[in-house]
Amino acid sequence: MADEPQVIEPTAPRSIIAPGYTFGTVTDQIATVVLTGRTPVFWMACFSVGLGLLFLFLYAVALLMAKGVGIWGIRTPVMWGFAITNFVWWIGIGHAGTLISAILLLLNQRWRNSINRFAEAMTLFAVACAGMFPLLHLGRPWLFYWLFPYPNTMGVQPNFRSPLVWDVFAVSTYATVSLLFWYVGLMPDLATLRDRTTSRIARFTYGIMAMGWRGSAKHWSIYETASLLLAGLATPLVLSVHTVVSFDFTIAIVPGWHSTFFPPYFVAGAIYSGFAMVLALAIPLRSVYGLQGLITDKHLDNSAKVMLATGLIVAYSYILETFTAWYSGNVYEGAAIWNRMTGPYAGVYWLLITCNIILPQALWFKRIRSNPVLLFIWSIIVLVGMWLERFVIIVSSLAQDFLPSSWSVFVPTRWDWATYFGTIGLFLFLFFAFIRLLPMISIFEVRTLLPQAQVKEEVRG
Amino acid sequence: MIKPIYGLMAEFDNPTGLVNAARAAREKGYRKLDAFSPFPIEELTDALHLHHNKLPLIVLCGGILGGLTGFLMQYYVTVIYFPINIGGRPLDSWPSYIIITFELTILFGAISAVLGLLALCGLPMPYHPSFNVPRFALASRNRFFLCIEAEDPLFDHDQTIAFLETLAPREVSEVAH
Repeated sequence: MADEPQVIEPTAPRSIIAPGYTFGTVTDQIATVVLTGRTPVFWMACFSVGLGLLFLFLYAVALLMAKGVGIWGIRTPVMWGFAITNFVWWIGIGHAGTLISAILLLLNQRWRNSINRFAEAMTLFAVACAGMFPLLHLGRPWLFYWLFPYPNTMGVQPNFRSPLVWDVFAVSTYATVSLLFWYVGLMPDLATLRDRTTSRIARFTYGIMAMGWRGSAKHWSIYETASLLLAGLATPLVLSVHTVVSFDFTIAIVPGWHSTFFPPYFVAGAIYSGFAMVLALAIPLRSVYGLQGLITDKHLDNSAKVMLATGLIVAYSYILETFTAWYSGNVYEGAAIWNRMTGPYAGVYWLLITCNIILPQALWFKRIRSNPVLLFIWSIIVLVGMWLERFVIIVSSLAQDFLPSSWSVFVPTRWDWATYFGTIGLFLFLFFAFIRLLPMISIFEVRTLLPQAQVKEEVRG
Repeated sequence: MIKPIYGLMAEFDNPTGLVNAARAAREKGYRKLDAFSPFPIEELTDALHLHHNKLPLIVLCGGILGGLTGFLMQYYVTVIYFPINIGGRPLDSWPSYIIITFELTILFGAISAVLGLLALCGLPMPYHPSFNVPRFALASRNRFFLCIEAEDPLFDHDQTIAFLETLAPREVSEVAH
């Protein structure tokens, strides 16, 4: 900034949206993606991959229903295995969407306006994928309602002192509130689609979904209040969800889990992987649909900076974890960390350190942050790294806890992998269906970014 | 006998025009009026004196109700309905109730925010006379509309048209019922 003293106008509003847009052109550019009859080959390809993996998922689930959770590699003592690893990974990915839609709204970060919609959709679908794992891991998923307190003939109730029950409430609340927030954000844009479309079926469907939204000033004023209130409610919620997830570990006395710094560590890791997913989705989408004017390099740069910052918190947590294990003088804690670094999962551990700490340091350089292709590769590295982190925390701690006589190494089966890749398919399927059917960028919020949206106050006596 | 109409609608090109028109109509004494825009305009809310609404109160009540539901449900289940000794903890182990109390506070608050929004806006409302104006479809794209309703005591077909014409609109049209 210091070498550009001539700049008088702040440049920020200009760089979060390309110059030259009007209310009409932003509306048309975003709405056309949905309303056009032509579907890009890229969409076809991604949707097909998603659909294919979704069938793999359904097959794996059908087999699981028929044969039980024994088709997975979970054996005593590693009974959580892939299922909880994937659960924590997916739910973490969702966090960036809520952060963008709620926390950045409250902080008045206007650059969020063009990425919040698909980030919220990402949240919703990531939570759906996450929810699959604890459900399937139940063994008899059709009895899932036993998790909730309801009057029943068995005369038993959930144990409210258990973090696993807290998780049920935290995740179901998170899913519900994310859905509500996303839907409220969609209403004005659904009205736009209703008014723009030429197809009768589309007009009817979008019309029903828009609930008769007509952009009345009376409605907008209540709508703005509702958005702020929902953001205010979602902000503590997003911080609490991964905190509660981390309680699943910290409340247990397993070495390597029983730490008070897990909640902030998990929340930072969640936002880290979530922004990586935002980048991994935004970079291909904006080039395929030509949305570089709306999702600008500034957005990628900002997201990369958030990744770098949260990545450093995660790095600090790894160091702290090691330090605490040594400083506590607890022989089991020390052994747990030592086993992680040198034991059967040493390769995974050092790979995760490479993916999560060493390689992301490249994001300090503007050349990496301003190159979408490199940024895409880096976001995939972080996603892999964060998955490995969840795997190491869960599997290595359970595999080698207290008595060596009870130790055992977890080996994933092909059905573990099929279920995991299956949920990636479910995610792609849902996400690309969303891209085709609903506006992926919030049209009305982008309109407010335009310079024309400012009301020029007349001089009044 | 002319068929009664819902009101008169003026169309503007930009938010400034609409805000000035809304302010002028308020000053002229019109009260039954509404403005339509493709995005929220802070100044319009000021011009039409719409700042107060009951939504925060609704959400507060919803949140308190959720918190009470969460805490009392857990208290009832663990102390009265299904008392069971887990790890020697007291039956009323309130610190472990906090998480679910918090989650239900947020859940009830968010649900009441959305239901409150719909209720206060009178949505869903699939039909509204405004939609009878052919150009009104642009209210969700790039045009700004001001509607003075026929119910307004000051409303007079010809005089109101004349007044709206002084605001330099693109077009003034009748809104049929």
